Amino acid sequence: MRLQAPAQTVTFTFDGRKLLGVPGEPVAAALLANEIKLVARSFKYHRPRGVMSAGSEEQNALVTVGRGAQAEPNVRATTVEVSEGLEVFSQNAWPSLRYDAMAINDLAAPFLAAGFYYKTFMWPRSFWEKLYEPVIRRAAGLGALSGKANEDAYEKAFAFCDVLVIGAGPAGLMAALTAARAGADVILADEDVAMGGRLLRENEEIDGQPATAWVKARLDELAALDNVRLMSRTTVTGAYDQGTYGAFETVAGAPAPGKPLSCFWRIATKHAILCAGALERPIAFPNNDRPGVMMASAVRSYVNRWGVAPGKAVTIFCNNDDAHRTARDLRAAGIKVAALIDSRDDAKVDGDFPIYTGAQVIQTKGRHGLRSITISHNGGTREIPTDCLAMSGGWNPTVHLTCHMNGRPTWREDIASFVPTPDSVPGMVTAGACSGRFSTAECLAEGAAVAADIARGLGLKPKVTVPAADDAAYAVTPLWAVPGKGRMWIDFQNDVHVKDIKLAAQENFRSVEHMKRYTTQGMAPDQGKSSNVVALAVLADATGRGIPETGTTTFRPPYVPVPIAAMGAGSQGKGFAPERFTTSHKATIARDAPMIEAGLWYRPSYFPQPGETHWQQSCDREVGYVRGAVGVCDVSTLGKIDIQGPDAAALLDFVYTNMFSTLKTGRVRYGLMLREDGHVLDDGTTARLAEDHFVMTTTTAAAGLVMRHLEFVLQALRPDLNAKVMSVTEQWAQFAVAGPKARDLLNTVLDQSLDDDSWPFMACGDMGVAGVPGRLFRISFSGEHAYEVAVPARYGESLFRMLTAQAEVMGGGPYGMEALNVLRIEKGFITHAEIHGRTTAFDIGMGRMISAKKDCIGKSAAARPGMVGDERQQLVGLKSQGADHALSAGAHLFETAAAETRVNSKGYTTSVCYSPTLDTYLALGFLENGRARHGEVIKLRDHLRDITQEVEVCDPVFFDPDGGRARG
Amino acid sequence: MVKLIALTPCEGLLPISEGGIAVTEVVMDQLVSVAPFDGKQKATSDALKAQCGAGLPAANRRHGAVTWFGHGTWIVAGDASLDGLAAVTDQSDAWAVVSISGAGVEDVLARLIPVDLRPHVFKTNHVAKTMLGHMSVTITRTGSAAFEVMAMRSMAATMVHELQVAMRGVASRA
Repeated sequence: MRLQAPAQTVTFTFDGRKLLGVPGEPVAAALLANEIKLVARSFKYHRPRGVMSAGSEEQNALVTVGRGAQAEPNVRATTVEVSEGLEVFSQNAWPSLRYDAMAINDLAAPFLAAGFYYKTFMWPRSFWEKLYEPVIRRAAGLGALSGKANEDAYEKAFAFCDVLVIGAGPAGLMAALTAARAGADVILADEDVAMGGRLLRENEEIDGQPATAWVKARLDELAALDNVRLMSRTTVTGAYDQGTYGAFETVAGAPAPGKPLSCFWRIATKHAILCAGALERPIAFPNNDRPGVMMASAVRSYVNRWGVAPGKAVTIFCNNDDAHRTARDLRAAGIKVAALIDSRDDAKVDGDFPIYTGAQVIQTKGRHGLRSITISHNGGTREIPTDCLAMSGGWNPTVHLTCHMNGRPTWREDIASFVPTPDSVPGMVTAGACSGRFSTAECLAEGAAVAADIARGLGLKPKVTVPAADDAAYAVTPLWAVPGKGRMWIDFQNDVHVKDIKLAAQENFRSVEHMKRYTTQGMAPDQGKSSNVVALAVLADATGRGIPETGTTTFRPPYVPVPIAAMGAGSQGKGFAPERFTTSHKATIARDAPMIEAGLWYRPSYFPQPGETHWQQSCDREVGYVRGAVGVCDVSTLGKIDIQGPDAAALLDFVYTNMFSTLKTGRVRYGLMLREDGHVLDDGTTARLAEDHFVMTTTTAAAGLVMRHLEFVLQALRPDLNAKVMSVTEQWAQFAVAGPKARDLLNTVLDQSLDDDSWPFMACGDMGVAGVPGRLFRISFSGEHAYEVAVPARYGESLFRMLTAQAEVMGGGPYGMEALNVLRIEKGFITHAEIHGRTTAFDIGMGRMISAKKDCIGKSAAARPGMVGDERQQLVGLKSQGADHALSAGAHLFETAAAETRVNSKGYTTSVCYSPTLDTYLALGFLENGRARHGEVIKLRDHLRDITQEVEVCDPVFFDPDGGRARG
Repeated sequence: MVKLIALTPCEGLLPISEGGIAVTEVVMDQLVSVAPFDGKQKATSDALKAQCGAGLPAANRRHGAVTWFGHGTWIVAGDASLDGLAAVTDQSDAWAVVSISGAGVEDVLARLIPVDLRPHVFKTNHVAKTMLGHMSVTITRTGSAAFEVMAMRSMAATMVHELQVAMRGVASRA
């Protein structure tokens, strides 16, 4: 019921029912205004539940917002704002919220105590995973995910400040004002839609004016300052190392294309002031979970802030003075107070409503909505009709963030609460209710004082002026659980009641952490915000210990649930990693080439032509280009590192196994690089452009790795070497031109004509390419007469289009990765399929490339026992029995007669292809003592693909073993 | 005679603008990296000063055409003749360089770059080597509401896309 007709309304739906709400108010307020009490079913027993609180701590009123892929489950109705067309659905109920079939669980409650499942569904063991757990999980639970890909936009962002103020209640506002007026860079974050904290929800005055007016004036002042950033709808969710805080912002306003739903902030600050306030705690009494039983402070919030009466005849049950103002505010709003029940004998209450001191609520009635309560008073009982019970068991300071770096809170007997232990988080101080100061005057004063301290520490000169405000003392006498029969709920969200906790203690789960796991108390999405202290108080009582000795469980981030989508913002789909495109990318896509990823690079698999229906056809044709005419392939993705300096050659001698100082200027040499542990790191060619100038190539995959390796060598291992390294991978577009007609093709674009005398195999040098200064290397990864031609990247696309067009005229054309792979397997050239990190130079048949004349990285490690010898699995070629006998990579090798078991494995295959040149399948692999076994027949077995083939062991160089084609 | 056609790294990608923020390509005709040989930093700086009016700035700073570019390395917009003094490497085609500017540009960059870019902390001609989303970049403040970002040429499309998404996200809140 609304206390006044609202100025503006919008229409939203709850379970399909159209309702009027006020834009910006929480859905919970709108539901109460429409007199909807039943909004949810509980986790385990499917108990009817209603709105309980008015903030992010809500335990009961969890709903799903939106539908389809956009549906978001487990949203608290107390925090989601009403907007036009908003669709809200109840959860965990079937067929409907009112008639929920699974409510039968509630009747079985005596059997469903904590630990029930573990004790009952023990046997047979295999049934747990396949039968029991799925059934139980279906019966229990809250909202469900849509299972569809979410198209919504999310954001991540970084922010920096001198002072982060967490919470914009009286303490937070004063802290932000004091620090900001002194000139500090301030961020003020608050999870509410509007800033002001309890000042927006209580009837109070500050400096003689209504608190709401004071708040507005202060916020206007803050908003006008350049050094202040106000972040409403932003919950600081975690405290991390080095003054970093996580914060979750719900983006305000109507959805729009490209507009993020939320933003996950990382805020780095010199200082933080936690002004998180306090959470009111429930009292455990029988059937205290009925729709209509609410927190007293929440009742005041709905009445004072949103003008909604949560009931027509409200009762109040409390153990502290603060709750008395609930009666006062209700009366001021013209709502009937049916009774005020204070558990304290000596409570002092005035008012024109029935007052019962030294009394307790012992029972409630009303399945879908509270109808009456029964109280015990003066030795008798009395039933009081009421549709809303406002309860208050006192206040728990919101200490969570102070515990995120392993801090433990301190128990304060006088307020029967935990307060933060100072210095629990470096750089963070606390002020206001979260540090146990409950009056408005105390909050204002402490907020100003701690901010002034920090400002002075920053070298600023703060002025402290604290306005006058209410300074009522907070008096509380603990009442955790009312004695009596029936289930008394403590953790409403996970359906944990007093008896569960007592059972945990009885079964010797006496540690608070064990009790938590045994009962699941505090393990629901709310992480026990409201239930924690009550639960451990009951545990303390059951185990005969005090609360401080019992201690608390660990508070972990995040303080409120944060969607994974927000934390992973920007990383969905292609956002997962940058895409690296070569200069030939557009021309390649234009030829319909399917692209494959090589690291972050995109490279063509093959270039299909009309009539080709299978990649193998394209691949065979492209191999034919290179073996028979000329092929062109973009090899720009290979790492290229410019190495200069007087000690450039010495550096290369140190990182490569073989000698480079002897390489003549204008020549290229193949090099092998080891890790310090003696295994192969990478391979490639290095060209000597001048006496003190080299350019190294690396494999595509290891480009970054080798660059880092060289930097490490220069900075850490050999700072004596005067050499500089610089990546030039991106500077040069480089194309392989391979095949018998390679020189003819190049001669159409080069500024000077090539011949064998001036450009023999392994020559390199500067070369004009169609009027542009470029570089030419006569190297071959295909075994054919081949070159790599490089031009500055700006000319890459132009040169690629020119070379491929000319090649086509000559009976050749572009080739992709598939053909490149076939060409190199035919020649027994290795890639990272072979140098996969566990192979040595010896294994790949390059043991003699480790020069005896010098030291190099990995040399001594490569000579360790076990790193060389017959027992090593050595690189071999494997030939199948013909084109009908396909081989597979990753298969294991066995003696022909041996059983195909793990212990009999003698090796494995690493690379496989069909060779159109030799018309058979070829493989490279590693075989125990393989080099001594050329000519033998062994068995290849792929258990995954169910392939068994006899293969002949041979030299890995299948084609043109003399290398005449490349040199000729 | 046949001639090759030159394309810039952001060809077809820029300019873009969204909500008062504009991204344009900074076309680099010539760019060289300069890594002074051991003991030659002062001499290199002096030679550069004579050649292009600016010596080697401190780490994380730009001075005229010379920008700090990492450990013992600077990048010069233009040519440099430093025989025997420094390793000079042509980088003219290696980098996609963009300018991003407009009121609130820091808010856009805050979506992608984990560095404190507040004006009083990261001033004009301050330089950082950092991340933009998942890619390594060099960022320089070039004015009160203007920055220059350098990314690898091959990543130009991703950089522009990332900036565009961030710009839309910020603009959509206005």
